[in-house]
Amino acid sequence: MPDVQALVNMFLNKLKKRKIEGSQATAKQTAELLRSVISQQRVPRTNQAGALIDAVRAIGEQLIVANPIELAVGNIVRRVLHIIREEDLSLTTAAVAELNLSTVSDDDDDDGGGGDQDDRPVLSAAAVAAAARNTLRPPSLQMLLEGAPDFVAVPRSSSSGGDSEGKSKSMDRNSRTRKLKHDIIEAVNELIQDITTCHELIAEQAVEHIHQNEVILTLGSSKTVLEFLCAAKEKKRSFRVFVAEGAPRYQGHLLAKELVARGLQTTLITDSAVFAMISRVNMVIVGSHAVMANGGVIAPVGMNMVALAAQKHAVPFVVLAGSHKLCPLYPHNPEVLLNELRSPSELLDFGEFSDCLDFGSGDGSPLLHVVNPTFDYVPPKAVSLFITDTGGHNPSYMYRLIADYYSADDLVVQRRHAAGN
Amino acid sequence: MDARRGSLPVPRVRQVGFFTPNAQPAPTRSQSGPPDSSSPPLSDSPASNSLSPVMIPPPRHHSDNLAAAPRPTSPLPVPEPSPFRRRGADNNNALLVGSYNPAETLLAMSPSSSHIGDGESEETMSGGWFRRSNSGKLASSLPSGTFDFSPVQSTAEVLKPNKVQNPVGISEVSARPAPKEQQPEAPSSSKQPKPKLTKAERRALQESQRAAKAAAKAPGGGKSVAAPEEVATIKSVKQHQTQKKDAPQVAVSVAASERKGGDKSQDKERRKDAPAPRMQFDDKSRVEKAKRRSVVDQTEAKKRVELFRHLPQYEHGTQLADLESKFLQLDPMHPAIYKVGLQYLAGDISGGNARCIAMLQAFQQVVKDYSTPPEKTLPRDLTAKISSYVSFFTQCRPLSMSMGNAIRFLKNRIAKLSPSLSESESKSSICTDIDRFINEKIVLADRVIVQHASSKVKDGDVLLVYGSSCVVEMVLLHSHELAKQFRVIVVDSRPKLEGKALLRRLVAKGVHCTYTHINAVSYVMHEVTKVFLGASSVLSNGTVYSRVGTACVAMVAHAFRVPVIICCEAYKFHERVQLDSICSNELGDPDAIGKVPGRMDVNYLNDVSNSGNLQLLNLMYDATPADYVSMIVTDYGMIPPTSVPVIVREYRRDHLLI
Repeated sequence: MPDVQALVNMFLNKLKKRKIEGSQATAKQTAELLRSVISQQRVPRTNQAGALIDAVRAIGEQLIVANPIELAVGNIVRRVLHIIREEDLSLTTAAVAELNLSTVSDDDDDDGGGGDQDDRPVLSAAAVAAAARNTLRPPSLQMLLEGAPDFVAVPRSSSSGGDSEGKSKSMDRNSRTRKLKHDIIEAVNELIQDITTCHELIAEQAVEHIHQNEVILTLGSSKTVLEFLCAAKEKKRSFRVFVAEGAPRYQGHLLAKELVARGLQTTLITDSAVFAMISRVNMVIVGSHAVMANGGVIAPVGMNMVALAAQKHAVPFVVLAGSHKLCPLYPHNPEVLLNELRSPSELLDFGEFSDCLDFGSGDGSPLLHVVNPTFDYVPPKAVSLFITDTGGHNPSYMYRLIADYYSADDLVVQRRHAAGN
Repeated sequence: MDARRGSLPVPRVRQVGFFTPNAQPAPTRSQSGPPDSSSPPLSDSPASNSLSPVMIPPPRHHSDNLAAAPRPTSPLPVPEPSPFRRRGADNNNALLVGSYNPAETLLAMSPSSSHIGDGESEETMSGGWFRRSNSGKLASSLPSGTFDFSPVQSTAEVLKPNKVQNPVGISEVSARPAPKEQQPEAPSSSKQPKPKLTKAERRALQESQRAAKAAAKAPGGGKSVAAPEEVATIKSVKQHQTQKKDAPQVAVSVAASERKGGDKSQDKERRKDAPAPRMQFDDKSRVEKAKRRSVVDQTEAKKRVELFRHLPQYEHGTQLADLESKFLQLDPMHPAIYKVGLQYLAGDISGGNARCIAMLQAFQQVVKDYSTPPEKTLPRDLTAKISSYVSFFTQCRPLSMSMGNAIRFLKNRIAKLSPSLSESESKSSICTDIDRFINEKIVLADRVIVQHASSKVKDGDVLLVYGSSCVVEMVLLHSHELAKQFRVIVVDSRPKLEGKALLRRLVAKGVHCTYTHINAVSYVMHEVTKVFLGASSVLSNGTVYSRVGTACVAMVAHAFRVPVIICCEAYKFHERVQLDSICSNELGDPDAIGKVPGRMDVNYLNDVSNSGNLQLLNLMYDATPADYVSMIVTDYGMIPPTSVPVIVREYRRDHLLI
């Protein structure tokens, strides 16, 4: 336990100091951290899933607070929570099925302790119904017709499900505890795997979107975009790329360098020339920082300008996003609330402007302000297409896609909610 | 309004260069009696019709006649305070009259209310002229006002003070029977040119003869038709010369040469109106030719951006040293020209106004030191010289459109110099013309713009400016001096980072400033109430051609429903049209893109910049579509971008008679 706490603290520090760059790296590290948290977490005999959820939630909350702007952290925390729930559920259903079998065989053998066992099938049936609902499996017509009382019963049964589980684990408790944890860790590993390989999955789709002699514009640097373009290049498509440099970080230079190294014809332009050039561009392909549930995109600063220009010239604006960037939250005033101001020194040299810094008006407020935001919010209507590792989607579909990855109970990772649960 | 719209579809530009020769009310006015014959406008129209090129519909000629009519009169009555204002007024006349319904004109009906509407709508578009609509109304209120209309107006225009104008107009109207004045010279066609001629007259005669020949070639045109025009020209020239000695002479010669008439010259004129196609640098043979002539040794960039092959792409940084070493060899180059050229090349002078003023002053120096070589005439030789200097400037840095306008003005002035002037007189006349151009078109214009624009700054405003435009800066400082409480957001972009200098100057004056880069413009746009932008040029389709990034800022402002106000002097307006920023642009030094000064951490491109696949594109300008522009503040007032062609039209005439 102490070493986990140390790990968490270290990661918190990194997050607070913004040492980790890029949502992919953050997501991966978060997942790894949570994995170790889960593996080290001692689970009680009863309600192990609940205990794991609480533990992950507590740490997740700290992580989110450490860098609320890095939505990938929250995304991963929620996904891990979702994984725990799912694994728990599948274990339960498996156990129920087993028990059902065993009750059938038990009935044959002897009827000792039947009172207990008689209850179980009823409860577990409810649990199965809850599972059906939770995994968003389409309810069968049968259930729709008959199922109204079922749905009422579901919450109660799921809350009591823990107890029944606890009772049920009489003999193979140890093995089941291990099984749950093992499954969860397996699933988290899979998640990590997904995060590391998501751009490959995205890049596979490149040929479907890039044709010969295309002119593509991108802004800033994104590994996903790089892989995407290179994948098309490897498929013998020849096209040209305009890279807007993405002030004030000038990541575009980096991307241009990489693209050139891979033999793509690249033209580096200033951000201000985006509007001038976009009329000759066939497609805008950009990376993102996070994709919100409404289909809006949190992206490196300047992206809204590009999106507007693309919209003006009816150029498709394609956003590449790994699934770890899909955030289940709906943005409110994202330009301000989901943004971060970076150091002014990136824009103005302090030394150069030191003489101006002295000027102050009577009320003490300085005359000179420097604004250097990190992110831009691109509204969903400006986005033509999202390409995620599961394929291309409309902005309006994102909420549904996101529902696959998160359970509704985890949308708010807050202690009081955790306590309430 | 509707009537006016109806008359619009034929581009008005055509009217500009078109002068029917027989409309000469100026002489008539000075003559005591009514003109020898009162040919009704109806009878005249076929004649002018046959004169005209095919494209112009016949009814238009009336309006053209009318439009042309007041021109010579204007110098006569009063020495007017501001000649270029008056020119504008005349143009407006043309506009007003041009919108006549031809049927109305023929029937000599009094102008309907639509004319008044006309005047007013014109006025709203161009804030400067308020007297016009007044006189228009006056004229329309008079029974016989139809044909009198324009002369009255022009006189009214000439008399600047508003109060004086009306009585004069009335008296004039009542004094003369209107319809007779309309076509005073038409029957004089039977007269032969007089044998005794001054130099100017001879020239005018020659020109008109040439024109007549051309007219004869044209379908439906004939010498018989051209003849009256000759006479008219000569006559008018003579009259003017006898009446006025010095000042109007220029004007007269202008008028005379303007009026050379005939199809060919009209066509030519019109063709000149349309901007000449620019040099396309993907045209190998022409580039070769240009290279042979060029003074500056330019090495072509090795990596040219494919999309911009039509633009000059040269290696930067090599020419300067080369030119400096050539200083003593460049014999024909005037040192002032040389100096300014070097400054352009080194980027020491930038900004449309500064460049234009520097160029004009250099030309002034040239003119001062100029002496006509033997067996050459001053206008031709000087024009040729200036052309060579201009091509030198172009090699140093492509000319801005405002500079093109200024050069055109200067050449025009030289070409229109009266041959009777002595060399020193011509020289001083050119010099004063240049001074007046700088003063009126740039310095005074800026002052007017500042007045207008700062009236739009309210307390509590947050103004966003982009880059560094000297007019916008003046607006901000003036508003600050007026103790208005506002904040300025200076948006800047690489590679020039001109905003830093502006920021420094503003902060030093105590203006509250926020500085940011262009990517963050949608972040700051929420709080912005107005966007002030400068322009390198405003094209006649309303496109604003300006420092690259302006379009982005305007677009974001438009998306956030923030008004975009462009501050631009009218001399920067250009009749060229442009839809995108690709077809015509200027490319800066590409190496400036790869290096980020002051940022040691950004050095990704240091080692790859010589790779064949990487191209660096440093666009200098972009074209902002007119939809994003709420208002253009110019020396003629505050206008919507749709009114730019109107101003361009007015303004081009200004060139002739500044």
